[in-house]
Amino acid sequence: MEFYPEILAFEGTPFALNRIMLIRLLVLSLLVVVFWLWTRKFQQANKTKTFVPGKFQLMGEISLNFVRKSIAHDQLGEKDGDRFLPLLTTIFFVTLGMNITGIIPGLNIAGTSVIGLPIVMALAAYVTFIYAGIKKHGVGFFKASLFPAGVPPAFYILVTPIELLSTFILRPVTLALRLTMNMIAGHLLLVLCFSATQFFLFNAEGAFKLFGAGTFVFGFAFTLFELLVAFLQAYVFTLLTTVYIQLALSDEH
Amino acid sequence: MISKILIAAAEGEAAPNPLLPASYDLLWSSVVFVILLAFFWFKVLPNFKKTLDARTEAIEGRLEAAEKAQAEAAAKTANIEAEQAEARAEASKIREEARAEGAVILAELKEQAASEAARLTATAKAQIEAERQAALISLRAEVGSLAIDLASSVVGASLKNDKVASGVVDQFLADLEASDKAGKKN
Repeated sequence: MEFYPEILAFEGTPFALNRIMLIRLLVLSLLVVVFWLWTRKFQQANKTKTFVPGKFQLMGEISLNFVRKSIAHDQLGEKDGDRFLPLLTTIFFVTLGMNITGIIPGLNIAGTSVIGLPIVMALAAYVTFIYAGIKKHGVGFFKASLFPAGVPPAFYILVTPIELLSTFILRPVTLALRLTMNMIAGHLLLVLCFSATQFFLFNAEGAFKLFGAGTFVFGFAFTLFELLVAFLQAYVFTLLTTVYIQLALSDEH
Repeated sequence: MISKILIAAAEGEAAPNPLLPASYDLLWSSVVFVILLAFFWFKVLPNFKKTLDARTEAIEGRLEAAEKAQAEAAAKTANIEAEQAEARAEASKIREEARAEGAVILAELKEQAASEAARLTATAKAQIEAERQAALISLRAEVGSLAIDLASSVVGASLKNDKVASGVVDQFLADLEASDKAGKKN
Protein backbone atom coordinates (compact mmCIF):
# COMPACT_ATOMS: atom_id res chain seq x y z
CA MET A 1 0.00 0.00 0.00
CA GLU A 2 1.01 3.60 -0.46
CA PHE A 3 1.25 4.13 3.25
CA TYR A 4 4.04 1.59 3.34
CA PRO A 5 6.22 2.44 0.40
CA GLU A 6 9.36 0.50 -0.25
CA ILE A 7 12.25 1.13 2.04
CA LEU A 8 14.90 3.22 0.36
CA ALA A 9 17.72 3.02 2.88
CA PHE A 10 18.73 1.36 6.13
CA GLU A 11 16.24 -1.41 5.59
CA GLY A 12 15.61 -3.59 8.59
CA THR A 13 16.90 -1.03 11.09
CA PRO A 14 14.88 1.53 13.07
CA PHE A 15 16.51 4.14 10.80
CA ALA A 16 14.86 2.78 7.70
CA LEU A 17 13.84 5.53 5.33
CA ASN A 18 10.98 5.36 2.92
CA ARG A 19 9.20 8.02 0.88
CA ILE A 20 7.03 9.17 3.74
CA MET A 21 9.95 9.43 6.13
CA LEU A 22 11.78 11.49 3.52
CA ILE A 23 8.74 13.72 3.16
CA ARG A 24 8.79 14.22 6.93
CA LEU A 25 12.43 15.19 6.82
CA LEU A 26 11.69 17.57 3.97
CA VAL A 27 8.88 19.20 5.95
CA LEU A 28 11.17 19.37 8.97
CA SER A 29 13.81 21.21 6.99
CA LEU A 30 11.27 23.54 5.41
CA LEU A 31 9.77 24.41 8.79
CA VAL A 32 13.20 24.98 10.25
CA VAL A 33 14.23 27.21 7.35
CA VAL A 34 11.04 29.27 7.33
CA PHE A 35 10.93 29.77 11.07
CA TRP A 36 14.64 30.38 11.20
CA LEU A 37 14.18 33.20 8.68
CA TRP A 38 11.37 34.62 10.76
CA THR A 39 13.44 34.31 13.91
CA ARG A 40 16.24 36.17 12.21
CA LYS A 41 13.79 38.95 11.41
CA PHE A 42 12.74 39.07 15.04
CA GLN A 43 16.34 39.24 16.15
CA GLN A 44 17.07 42.01 13.67
CA ALA A 45 14.04 43.91 14.87
CA ASN A 46 15.19 43.50 18.46
CA LYS A 47 18.65 44.69 17.62
CA THR A 48 17.72 47.67 15.49
CA LYS A 49 14.76 48.64 17.68
CA THR A 50 12.38 48.69 14.76
CA PHE A 51 8.96 48.18 16.21
CA VAL A 52 7.06 48.22 12.96
CA PRO A 53 7.23 44.78 11.38
CA GLY A 54 7.74 44.31 7.67
CA LYS A 55 5.48 42.13 5.54
CA PHE A 56 7.54 39.00 5.98
CA GLN A 57 7.94 39.47 9.69
CA LEU A 58 4.25 40.20 10.02
CA MET A 59 3.42 36.89 8.33
CA GLY A 60 5.53 35.08 10.90
CA GLU A 61 3.90 37.02 13.72
CA ILE A 62 0.44 36.25 12.46
CA SER A 63 1.27 32.55 12.19
CA LEU A 64 2.80 32.34 15.65
CA ASN A 65 0.16 34.56 17.17
CA PHE A 66 -2.56 32.30 15.82
CA VAL A 67 -1.42 29.56 18.18
CA ARG A 68 -0.36 31.96 20.90
CA LYS A 69 -3.46 34.13 21.06
CA SER A 70 -6.32 32.20 19.48
CA ILE A 71 -5.46 28.89 21.09
CA ALA A 72 -3.10 29.19 24.04
CA HIS A 73 -4.12 32.52 25.59
CA ASP A 74 -7.81 31.97 24.91
CA GLN A 75 -7.89 28.64 26.70
CA LEU A 76 -5.15 28.88 29.29
CA GLY A 77 -4.74 32.59 29.91
CA GLU A 78 -1.51 34.45 29.25
CA LYS A 79 0.65 32.92 31.95
CA ASP A 80 -0.13 29.24 31.47
CA GLY A 81 -0.58 29.80 27.76
CA ASP A 82 3.01 30.98 27.45
CA ARG A 83 4.17 28.11 29.65
CA PHE A 84 2.84 25.46 27.29
CA LEU A 85 3.30 27.47 24.13
CA PRO A 86 6.38 25.59 22.82
CA LEU A 87 4.51 22.28 22.77
CA LEU A 88 1.37 23.79 21.28
CA THR A 89 3.24 25.71 18.61
CA THR A 90 5.25 22.64 17.67
CA ILE A 91 2.19 20.41 17.47
CA PHE A 92 0.34 22.93 15.35
CA PHE A 93 3.03 23.61 12.80
CA VAL A 94 4.22 20.00 12.59
CA THR A 95 0.68 18.80 12.02
CA LEU A 96 -0.09 21.55 9.54
CA GLY A 97 3.13 21.06 7.61
CA MET A 98 2.81 17.29 7.52
CA ASN A 99 -0.87 17.43 6.56
CA ILE A 100 -0.29 19.85 3.71
CA THR A 101 2.04 17.48 1.91
CA GLY A 102 -1.01 15.34 1.16
CA ILE A 103 -2.03 17.74 -1.59
CA ILE A 104 1.35 18.98 -2.77
CA PRO A 105 2.03 17.62 -6.24
CA GLY A 106 4.99 15.28 -6.24
CA LEU A 107 4.67 14.51 -2.55
CA ASN A 108 0.98 13.61 -2.54
CA ILE A 109 0.91 11.95 0.82
CA ALA A 110 0.56 13.47 4.26
CA GLY A 111 3.42 12.97 6.68
CA THR A 112 0.77 12.35 9.32
CA SER A 113 -0.97 9.59 7.36
CA VAL A 114 1.13 6.89 8.99
CA ILE A 115 0.39 6.65 12.66
CA GLY A 116 3.87 7.09 14.11
CA LEU A 117 3.90 10.88 14.13
CA PRO A 118 0.35 11.27 15.49
CA ILE A 119 1.24 8.77 18.22
CA VAL A 120 4.36 10.71 19.15
CA MET A 121 2.44 13.98 19.32
CA ALA A 122 -0.48 12.43 21.19
CA LEU A 123 1.98 11.00 23.71
CA ALA A 124 3.58 14.41 24.10
CA ALA A 125 0.16 15.93 24.70
CA TYR A 126 -0.72 13.11 27.13
CA VAL A 127 2.48 13.48 29.13
CA THR A 128 2.10 17.23 29.16
CA PHE A 129 -1.43 17.40 30.47
CA ILE A 130 -0.70 14.81 33.15
CA TYR A 131 2.44 16.75 34.07
CA ALA A 132 0.41 19.96 34.21
CA GLY A 133 -2.16 18.32 36.47
CA ILE A 134 0.37 16.80 38.85
CA LYS A 135 2.41 19.99 39.01
CA LYS A 136 -0.67 21.96 39.94
CA HIS A 137 -2.62 19.55 42.15
CA GLY A 138 -0.19 16.75 43.04
CA VAL A 139 -1.82 13.36 43.47
CA GLY A 140 -5.08 15.20 43.91
CA PHE A 141 -5.12 15.53 40.16
CA PHE A 142 -5.83 11.80 39.72
CA LYS A 143 -8.34 11.84 42.52
CA ALA A 144 -10.16 14.80 41.04
CA SER A 145 -10.08 13.25 37.57
CA LEU A 146 -11.26 9.82 38.60
CA PHE A 147 -13.63 10.81 41.39
CA PRO A 148 -15.30 13.96 40.16
CA ALA A 149 -16.72 16.17 42.88
CA GLY A 150 -20.46 16.44 43.30
CA VAL A 151 -21.18 12.84 42.34
CA PRO A 152 -22.84 10.62 44.99
CA PRO A 153 -20.22 8.11 46.22
CA ALA A 154 -22.26 5.13 45.04
CA PHE A 155 -22.00 6.28 41.45
CA TYR A 156 -18.23 6.13 41.53
CA ILE A 157 -18.58 2.44 40.69
CA LEU A 158 -19.90 3.59 37.36
CA VAL A 159 -18.23 6.97 36.93
CA THR A 160 -14.67 6.10 37.84
CA PRO A 161 -14.09 3.47 35.14
CA ILE A 162 -15.66 5.79 32.57
CA GLU A 163 -13.47 8.68 33.65
CA LEU A 164 -10.41 6.46 33.66
CA LEU A 165 -11.18 5.27 30.18
CA SER A 166 -12.05 8.67 28.74
CA THR A 167 -9.35 10.73 30.40
CA PHE A 168 -6.35 8.48 30.47
CA ILE A 169 -6.92 6.10 27.59
CA LEU A 170 -9.27 7.54 25.03
CA ARG A 171 -7.85 11.05 24.97
CA PRO A 172 -4.46 10.19 23.48
CA VAL A 173 -5.90 7.38 21.35
CA THR A 174 -8.53 9.61 19.79
CA LEU A 175 -6.00 12.39 19.26
CA ALA A 176 -3.75 10.09 17.26
CA LEU A 177 -6.48 8.21 15.45
CA ARG A 178 -8.51 11.25 14.46
CA LEU A 179 -5.54 12.80 12.73
CA THR A 180 -4.27 9.64 11.05
CA MET A 181 -7.65 8.50 9.84
CA ASN A 182 -8.49 11.93 8.46
CA MET A 183 -5.29 11.91 6.48
CA ILE A 184 -5.70 8.31 5.31
CA ALA A 185 -9.30 8.92 4.27
CA GLY A 186 -8.34 12.12 2.48
CA HIS A 187 -5.57 10.37 0.65
CA LEU A 188 -7.85 7.48 -0.35
CA LEU A 189 -10.47 9.91 -1.63
CA LEU A 190 -7.95 11.75 -3.76
CA VAL A 191 -6.46 8.50 -5.04
CA LEU A 192 -9.92 7.24 -5.87
CA CYS A 193 -10.92 10.37 -7.74
CA PHE A 194 -7.73 10.75 -9.69
CA SER A 195 -7.20 7.09 -10.51
CA ALA A 196 -10.82 6.97 -11.68
CA THR A 197 -10.11 10.01 -13.85
CA GLN A 198 -7.07 8.26 -15.23
CA PHE A 199 -9.05 5.12 -15.87
CA PHE A 200 -11.99 6.83 -17.55
CA LEU A 201 -9.90 9.10 -19.73
CA PHE A 202 -7.41 6.59 -20.99
CA ASN A 203 -8.84 3.12 -20.52
CA ALA A 204 -12.60 3.56 -20.92
CA GLU A 205 -14.43 3.44 -24.22
CA GLY A 206 -16.59 6.14 -25.85
CA ALA A 207 -18.98 8.06 -23.63
CA PHE A 208 -17.45 6.68 -20.49
CA LYS A 209 -14.57 9.07 -21.06
CA LEU A 210 -16.97 11.84 -19.97
CA PHE A 211 -17.04 10.35 -16.49
CA GLY A 212 -13.39 11.28 -16.33
CA ALA A 213 -14.28 14.98 -16.31
CA GLY A 214 -16.71 14.41 -13.46
CA THR A 215 -14.24 12.50 -11.35
CA PHE A 216 -11.59 15.09 -12.04
CA VAL A 217 -13.85 17.86 -10.79
CA PHE A 218 -14.47 15.81 -7.68
CA GLY A 219 -10.77 15.23 -7.28
CA PHE A 220 -10.14 18.96 -7.58
CA ALA A 221 -12.86 19.76 -5.06
CA PHE A 222 -11.50 17.19 -2.64
CA THR A 223 -8.03 18.64 -3.01
CA LEU A 224 -9.36 21.99 -1.80
CA PHE A 225 -11.27 20.18 0.89
CA GLU A 226 -8.09 18.43 1.98
CA LEU A 227 -6.42 21.83 2.32
CA LEU A 228 -9.19 22.79 4.72
CA VAL A 229 -8.92 19.46 6.53
CA ALA A 230 -5.17 19.83 6.84
CA PHE A 231 -5.60 23.16 8.59
CA LEU A 232 -8.61 22.04 10.58
CA GLN A 233 -6.95 18.89 11.90
CA ALA A 234 -3.88 20.85 12.95
CA TYR A 235 -6.16 23.28 14.74
CA VAL A 236 -8.23 20.53 16.34
CA PHE A 237 -5.19 18.58 17.54
CA THR A 238 -3.66 21.70 19.08
CA LEU A 239 -6.92 22.94 20.53
CA LEU A 240 -7.72 19.58 22.14
CA THR A 241 -4.24 19.39 23.64
CA THR A 242 -4.81 22.87 25.05
CA VAL A 243 -8.20 21.94 26.42
CA TYR A 244 -6.78 18.83 28.09
CA ILE A 245 -4.09 20.94 29.71
CA GLN A 246 -6.70 23.49 30.73
CA LEU A 247 -8.89 20.77 32.28
CA ALA A 248 -5.89 19.40 34.15
CA LEU A 249 -5.06 22.88 35.47
CA SER A 250 -8.58 23.88 36.43
CA ASP A 251 -9.50 23.54 40.06
CA GLU A 252 -12.63 21.48 39.60
CA HIS A 253 -13.13 18.66 37.20
CA MET B 1 -2.59 0.91 -6.30
CA ILE B 2 -5.50 -1.34 -7.01
CA SER B 3 -3.23 -3.64 -8.95
CA LYS B 4 -0.76 -3.64 -6.09
CA ILE B 5 -3.49 -4.54 -3.63
CA LEU B 6 -4.66 -7.24 -5.98
CA ILE B 7 -1.15 -8.57 -6.26
CA ALA B 8 -0.68 -8.40 -2.53
CA ALA B 9 -4.00 -10.15 -2.02
CA ALA B 10 -3.07 -12.74 -4.57
CA GLU B 11 0.19 -13.35 -2.83
CA GLY B 12 -1.72 -13.70 0.42
CA GLU B 13 0.42 -10.96 1.91
CA ALA B 14 -1.50 -9.30 4.71
CA ALA B 15 -1.50 -5.51 4.45
CA PRO B 16 0.13 -4.00 7.57
CA ASN B 17 -2.23 -2.78 10.24
CA PRO B 18 -2.34 1.05 9.89
CA LEU B 19 -2.78 1.38 13.65
CA LEU B 20 0.50 -0.25 14.54
CA PRO B 21 3.49 1.95 13.93
CA ALA B 22 6.69 0.53 12.50
CA SER B 23 9.80 1.17 14.56
CA TYR B 24 11.33 3.45 11.92
CA ASP B 25 8.04 5.37 11.75
CA LEU B 26 8.18 6.10 15.46
CA LEU B 27 11.85 6.94 15.32
CA TRP B 28 11.66 9.45 12.52
CA SER B 29 8.50 10.95 13.98
CA SER B 30 10.27 11.47 17.27
CA VAL B 31 13.29 12.95 15.54
CA VAL B 32 11.13 15.44 13.62
CA PHE B 33 9.05 16.29 16.65
CA VAL B 34 11.91 16.67 19.10
CA ILE B 35 13.99 18.80 16.76
CA LEU B 36 11.07 21.12 16.05
CA LEU B 37 10.03 21.24 19.69
CA ALA B 38 13.54 22.27 20.72
CA PHE B 39 13.73 24.71 17.84
CA PHE B 40 10.47 26.43 18.75
CA TRP B 41 11.15 26.25 22.46
CA PHE B 42 14.64 27.67 22.56
CA LYS B 43 14.99 29.62 19.36
CA VAL B 44 11.80 30.83 17.73
CA LEU B 45 9.46 31.57 20.63
CA PRO B 46 11.92 33.40 22.92
CA ASN B 47 12.85 35.74 20.09
CA PHE B 48 9.24 36.14 19.13
CA LYS B 49 8.30 36.98 22.70
CA LYS B 50 11.17 39.42 22.97
CA THR B 51 10.01 41.19 19.85
CA LEU B 52 6.45 41.42 21.09
CA ASP B 53 7.54 42.61 24.52
CA ALA B 54 9.83 45.21 23.03
CA ARG B 55 7.00 46.43 20.84
CA THR B 56 4.57 46.57 23.74
CA GLU B 57 7.13 48.46 25.77
CA ALA B 58 7.82 50.86 22.94
CA ILE B 59 4.14 51.51 22.37
CA GLU B 60 3.52 52.00 26.07
CA GLY B 61 6.56 54.24 26.35
CA ARG B 62 5.42 56.34 23.45
CA LEU B 63 1.92 56.59 24.81
CA GLU B 64 3.32 57.67 28.15
CA ALA B 65 5.54 60.26 26.49
CA ALA B 66 2.60 61.54 24.49
CA GLU B 67 0.48 61.78 27.62
CA LYS B 68 3.26 63.64 29.39
CA ALA B 69 3.64 66.04 26.49
CA GLN B 70 -0.08 66.60 26.47
CA ALA B 71 -0.14 67.27 30.19
CA GLU B 72 2.74 69.70 29.79
CA ALA B 73 0.99 71.49 26.99
CA ALA B 74 -2.19 71.69 29.05
CA ALA B 75 -0.24 73.09 31.99
CA LYS B 76 1.41 75.64 29.73
CA THR B 77 -1.93 76.67 28.29
CA ALA B 78 -3.35 77.03 31.78
CA ASN B 79 -0.35 79.14 32.78
CA ILE B 80 -0.72 81.35 29.77
CA GLU B 81 -4.42 81.77 30.39
CA ALA B 82 -3.80 82.64 34.00
CA GLU B 83 -1.17 85.16 32.98
CA GLN B 84 -3.52 86.65 30.45
CA ALA B 85 -6.28 86.94 33.02
CA GLU B 86 -3.83 88.57 35.42
CA ALA B 87 -2.67 90.97 32.77
CA ARG B 88 -6.23 91.82 31.88
CA ALA B 89 -7.09 92.40 35.52
CA GLU B 90 -4.04 94.58 35.97
CA ALA B 91 -4.86 96.56 32.88
CA SER B 92 -8.38 97.22 34.03
CA LYS B 93 -7.08 98.15 37.49
CA ILE B 94 -4.67 100.60 35.92
CA ARG B 95 -7.46 101.99 33.81
CA GLU B 96 -9.66 102.41 36.87
CA GLU B 97 -6.89 104.13 38.77
CA ALA B 98 -6.17 106.39 35.87
CA ARG B 99 -9.80 107.27 35.58
CA ALA B 100 -10.05 108.02 39.29
CA GLU B 101 -6.84 110.03 39.20
CA GLY B 102 -8.08 111.91 36.19
CA ALA B 103 -11.28 112.71 37.99
CA VAL B 104 -9.32 113.95 41.00
CA ILE B 105 -7.05 116.04 38.81
CA LEU B 106 -10.00 117.46 36.98
CA ALA B 107 -11.71 118.34 40.22
CA GLU B 108 -8.54 119.95 41.52
CA LEU B 109 -8.11 121.89 38.34
CA LYS B 110 -11.70 122.98 38.46
CA GLU B 111 -11.29 124.07 42.06
CA GLN B 112 -8.07 125.88 41.24
CA ALA B 113 -9.71 127.59 38.33
CA ALA B 114 -12.68 128.53 40.46
CA SER B 115 -10.51 129.88 43.24
CA GLU B 116 -8.34 131.71 40.75
CA ALA B 117 -11.40 133.19 39.22
CA ALA B 118 -12.71 134.16 42.63
CA ARG B 119 -9.35 135.64 43.51
CA LEU B 120 -9.23 137.58 40.28
CA THR B 121 -12.77 138.76 40.81
CA ALA B 122 -11.97 139.83 44.35
CA THR B 123 -8.81 141.65 43.28
CA ALA B 124 -10.64 143.36 40.50
CA LYS B 125 -13.46 144.37 42.85
CA ALA B 126 -10.95 145.69 45.40
CA GLN B 127 -9.11 147.61 42.72
CA ILE B 128 -12.31 149.00 41.37
CA GLU B 129 -13.35 150.00 44.88
CA ALA B 130 -9.96 151.59 45.48
CA GLU B 131 -10.12 153.44 42.21
CA ARG B 132 -13.64 154.49 42.96
CA GLN B 133 -12.53 155.75 46.38
CA ALA B 134 -9.58 157.56 44.81
CA ALA B 135 -11.83 159.01 42.14
CA LEU B 136 -14.33 160.01 44.82
CA ILE B 137 -11.70 161.69 46.90
CA SER B 138 -10.14 163.51 43.99
CA LEU B 139 -13.57 164.34 42.71
CA ARG B 140 -14.60 165.69 46.09
CA ALA B 141 -11.48 167.83 46.24
CA GLU B 142 -11.88 169.04 42.71
CA VAL B 143 -15.60 169.52 43.01
CA GLY B 144 -15.03 171.62 46.16
CA SER B 145 -12.51 173.94 44.52
CA LEU B 146 -14.46 174.05 41.30
CA ALA B 147 -17.61 174.92 43.17
CA ILE B 148 -15.87 177.63 45.11
CA ASP B 149 -14.33 178.96 41.95
CA LEU B 150 -17.70 178.90 40.34
CA ALA B 151 -19.45 180.48 43.28
CA SER B 152 -16.71 183.11 43.61
CA SER B 153 -17.06 184.03 40.05
CA VAL B 154 -20.88 184.06 40.44
CA VAL B 155 -20.89 186.07 43.66
CA GLY B 156 -17.99 188.14 42.54
CA ALA B 157 -16.16 187.97 45.79
CA SER B 158 -13.67 185.72 47.19
CA LEU B 159 -15.20 183.19 49.38
CA LYS B 160 -12.16 181.27 49.85
CA ASN B 161 -11.39 182.15 53.41
CA ASP B 162 -14.90 182.65 54.40
CA LYS B 163 -16.35 180.45 57.03
CA VAL B 164 -19.72 180.56 55.49
CA ALA B 165 -18.38 179.60 52.17
CA SER B 166 -16.65 176.56 53.52
CA GLY B 167 -19.82 175.60 55.42
CA VAL B 168 -21.88 175.86 52.25
CA VAL B 169 -19.48 173.76 50.36
CA ASP B 170 -19.48 171.10 53.00
CA GLN B 171 -23.26 171.17 53.09
CA PHE B 172 -23.41 170.79 49.36
CA LEU B 173 -21.02 167.94 49.31
CA ALA B 174 -22.91 166.15 52.05
CA ASP B 175 -26.08 166.55 50.07
CA LEU B 176 -24.37 165.38 46.98
CA GLU B 177 -23.10 162.34 48.75
CA ALA B 178 -26.52 161.57 50.18
CA SER B 179 -28.11 161.86 46.80
CA ASP B 180 -25.31 159.81 45.34
CA LYS B 181 -25.98 157.07 47.92
CA ALA B 182 -29.67 157.25 47.23
CA GLY B 183 -28.95 157.00 43.52
CA LYS B 184 -26.81 153.96 44.11
CA LYS B 185 -29.57 152.32 46.08
CA ASN B 186 -31.88 152.95 43.26
